[in-house]
Amino acid sequence: MNLADLLTKKQAVILERWFQWFLETYPAETARFMREEKNRFANPVGSSVYQGIEGLCQELLQGMELDRVYPLLDPIVRIRAVQDFPPSRAVAFIFALKKVIFEELESEIRGGQISVEELLELESRIDNLALLSFDIYTQCREKVSQIRVEEIKRRSERLLQRANLVVDPSE
Amino acid sequence: MASLPKPDELAGINYNPPRTGWRDTPVEFRRGTYCYGAKPKNLEAVGLPNPRDWSPEDQDWKLPENWKEIILEGLRERLGRFRSLQIFMDACVRCGACADKCHFFIGSGDPRNMPVLRAELLRSVYRRDFTTAGKIFGKLAGARDLTEEVLKEWYYYFFQCTECRRCSVFCPFGIDTAEITILARELLNLVGCNIDWIAAPVANCYRTGNHLGIQPHAFKDMIDFCTEDIEKVTGVKVEPTFNRKGAEVLFITPSGDVFADPGTYTLMGYLMLFHEIGLDYTFSTYASDGGNFGLFTSHEMMKRLNAKMYAEAGRLGVKWILGGECGHMWRVIHQYMGTMNGPADFLEEPVSPITGTRFEHARSTKMIHIAEFTADLIRHNKVKLDPGRNNHLKVTFHDPRNTSRAMGLFEEPRYVLRSVCNHFREMPENTIREQTFCCGSGAGLNTDEYLEMRLRGGFPRANAVRYVHEKYGVNTVACVCAIDRAVLPTLMDYWVPGVGVAGLHELVGNALVMQGENDRTTDLRGNPLHGREEGEDV
Repeated sequence: MNLADLLTKKQAVILERWFQWFLETYPAETARFMREEKNRFANPVGSSVYQGIEGLCQELLQGMELDRVYPLLDPIVRIRAVQDFPPSRAVAFIFALKKVIFEELESEIRGGQISVEELLELESRIDNLALLSFDIYTQCREKVSQIRVEEIKRRSERLLQRANLVVDPSE
Repeated sequence: MASLPKPDELAGINYNPPRTGWRDTPVEFRRGTYCYGAKPKNLEAVGLPNPRDWSPEDQDWKLPENWKEIILEGLRERLGRFRSLQIFMDACVRCGACADKCHFFIGSGDPRNMPVLRAELLRSVYRRDFTTAGKIFGKLAGARDLTEEVLKEWYYYFFQCTECRRCSVFCPFGIDTAEITILARELLNLVGCNIDWIAAPVANCYRTGNHLGIQPHAFKDMIDFCTEDIEKVTGVKVEPTFNRKGAEVLFITPSGDVFADPGTYTLMGYLMLFHEIGLDYTFSTYASDGGNFGLFTSHEMMKRLNAKMYAEAGRLGVKWILGGECGHMWRVIHQYMGTMNGPADFLEEPVSPITGTRFEHARSTKMIHIAEFTADLIRHNKVKLDPGRNNHLKVTFHDPRNTSRAMGLFEEPRYVLRSVCNHFREMPENTIREQTFCCGSGAGLNTDEYLEMRLRGGFPRANAVRYVHEKYGVNTVACVCAIDRAVLPTLMDYWVPGVGVAGLHELVGNALVMQGENDRTTDLRGNPLHGREEGEDV
């Protein structure tokens, strides 16, 4: 059995453990809520994350096309970027996937059933996810700064215009 | 040489929050997650205690020496004055029905934002000093001493509640956590611990009548500016009046509509509508803000700021008051005014001069919401509308926390929207009407330094918008609240780019067919009108 087959076989358990790892980054009460509440509007964080990582698990087996991966990763990182996490912790969930997979496949790896090439390819796919998540994280933080400025502008721009403090020469 | 942490350590594999219980975990004031402390000049302006320069990040909050006595005495007094507070302190059985209903809890994951725990911040102190079990058994009975750490925690979490009352909809005992927050903020104010974003508008409102402190000439000037914009779009010159004695109606709206985009487009809509129906109305340059940040300070401050509206109505000799699209103004009017500064017996029960409809529900306050007024006009075919002019907008409606849960205004804005737009879609049922999710920036928290927290709190709302955006192509959130108009664009920019925000009467203004108008080529924002074909309900 090659790595892809093994991952397919263990996909459900990998997803479950990855999600669990994710939930454990929150306090116990919150984790319980995020796991148990199934309505996506009542529990937008839990459901966005689950939906995202479920898709990412699929993508791991399907070549990780950027166009498909980005919309899965963005909602998760967008949430983590404004929650109470430093950057390292906000995107650490990507690395947790390695840990989960290697633990799940430990006996197969040690037993030599998976080739080094396959393992390196898997590692590299997850690393790419990590790199992409850095990009998204940074974009989100830049966005926060930008929208803060925009909001202040909207609040007072009319007053400035009226006071002739800003002038549009074309008008 | 220090060694590099291992990847596992760096990534924070074990990054659960501290395992200490919530009672023993002090809050951390990190930029982005707290609002700046009130400046002394703003407290002095209205005679609030303990004005001084301070920041929540400081170790020493420069509290009065006897701060603890002040707070406990304040709590004792309020337990006597507000029977509801006493009941709320005693009645909770921690059933958990409210726990996952708070947008700040849902968005931040911080369990102290569960309404039950937010209330527990105050309740634990209540138990320690006001219940026998708490006095004897202390911590075992869920009691704790009032310390500076506890006070800081109050500041952090009671200014992290938008008093939206979504939790109270689900409480089987009807405990209103918003009221607990309101009273906890009152207690914090007793020792000078307000946020400046509330204290400054309060001081400004008290002196000049509106949040920014805009003086009468500038207020008039801004509205005149708006009439020029209307003329550019429609070719019609509207002529509002100011402080005109003997007008039939006094119109009061949040000052955000006058000076901040996109509220200004909503103001254009009001002015156009009033012109078209020939309403005999006037603005007051002192009652120049419907907003009342006194509600977020203390009952007394709310009363003081509300009084100006009625003082002006009396001075100008109007018959009744028409209120613009505001959120918390309506909570003050609908829930407090009748017994606070009212009943306003010197005014008359509002009757629409156009349709003759008598608004009996406003018999005590003599003030009605513009959505009610406009819905009545449309119902009686008193205005000509071309909803096709809003065909470029696919609209959903955000119920503000106040007009929904403190007023029950559900149908009127929807009726108006369906009349002025061809494309209207509701968000999911558990996110609208009485279950609406707050914008996450209400109750005085709409300040820019608090943006990160606001984005967390606003996520549940934005998530529902994202759904209708992706599923039905919704590109506009309509609302009837000035704070929503100010903050939802920011929220949308982050969570659902491509969705704009409009006041209800901006859309009315777009659709309104005015006598003598030009063939309109743009909407009120100057965006070209195309795709004017008959739309269907998407």
